[in-house]
Amino acid sequence: METVRKWVQVIMGFLMNGSWSFPFTRTIYQGPLKVICAPGLNCYSCPAATTYCPMGSLQQLLGGLRFALENGQYYFGFSVLGSIGILGGLFGRMICGWACPFGFIQELLHKIPTRKFGVPRLLSHGKFVFLFLFVIVLPLALVDESGIGSPWYCKFVCPAGTLEAGIPMLLLQPNLRNTIGLLFLNKFVIMLIFLTWAIFASRPFCRTACPLGAFYALFSRVRLIKLRLDEARCTNCKACHHVCPMGVKFNESPDDPECITCLACMNKACKFDAISLEIGGIPLAVPDRGISLSSKP
Amino acid sequence: MSQTSSNSRKKSPLRKAPIVVIAAFLLLWLIGGATGEPGRVLEQAVQVCLSCIGIG
Ligand code: SF4
Ligand code: SF4
Repeated sequence: METVRKWVQVIMGFLMNGSWSFPFTRTIYQGPLKVICAPGLNCYSCPAATTYCPMGSLQQLLGGLRFALENGQYYFGFSVLGSIGILGGLFGRMICGWACPFGFIQELLHKIPTRKFGVPRLLSHGKFVFLFLFVIVLPLALVDESGIGSPWYCKFVCPAGTLEAGIPMLLLQPNLRNTIGLLFLNKFVIMLIFLTWAIFASRPFCRTACPLGAFYALFSRVRLIKLRLDEARCTNCKACHHVCPMGVKFNESPDDPECITCLACMNKACKFDAISLEIGGIPLAVPDRGISLSSKP
Repeated sequence: MSQTSSNSRKKSPLRKAPIVVIAAFLLLWLIGGATGEPGRVLEQAVQVCLSCIGIG
């Protein structure tokens, strides 16, 4: 099942970044597919991006809301919220585990053999602060003289934007290099911190700073597809605690907002079939016994 | 130990909450579509976002 998940991650990464004409056009894809919402965090200024980034678009719409309202346009971000809300209601953070390119990049970095460390649980609240403050409040509240707010998260934080758009665009368009300043330096350092951290800890960005991960986390109890614990079978052996890439103690918190439904606990850890996958309350899959315990990371 | 209440495998009640949530967001998406918002999203998405790059 882990191989299937890896392939889904690769395919989703290509679907969201399917335009490969940029070495010739030296700019981003500008076709009609960009009306489609990317399920994961994938910068829409990445030269290969074929979809829009929900966090980027939401900030742009909220930043331009006053101006839009003055012109009789009711762009509250409902279409963006609707798109990610439908995805959240269906999959929740399973999107993070199966369909987000930036999550996949962190997983690949974590494969570099080094000593590994955990991420303090307290830091997981950070992503909700970024969602609320940097994606919603600041773009809405702090506006310039023409009534336009900035996309604060994109501008000051997002390491996916720096990696997927900033660096490639600076390579493709040499004239942009003259405009590099403190803003870029700040974002470049943030990107380096998260990419380095991902070598030593599992998905540190997803756990501490991703606003989209925070949004999907809100659906942990009400998503259609989720894992289920059979308490009668659980022996509290805690094997599921040791394999989880998100630091979830599954048998203590089966609806944990951090769970990305990678299925590691179900397939690699639980020997008592206490964990299963369900769709809307109906059991979907029994543990994949084809994967032995010896394949644990 | 656990937060779930309906964990027995024999008992599999259909959970309605996800359907309600999905329907609510589908409605929101339709309202957004009716206001012409996707056109605005597209307009923004086909322009290079200088903030995303870190220079705007
Ligand atoms: S938390 Fe954010 S970056 Fe991580 S996998 Fe989810 S959407 Fe992607
Ligand atoms: S609780 Fe299980 S499915 Fe969820 S992230 Fe952890 S190992 Fe993966």
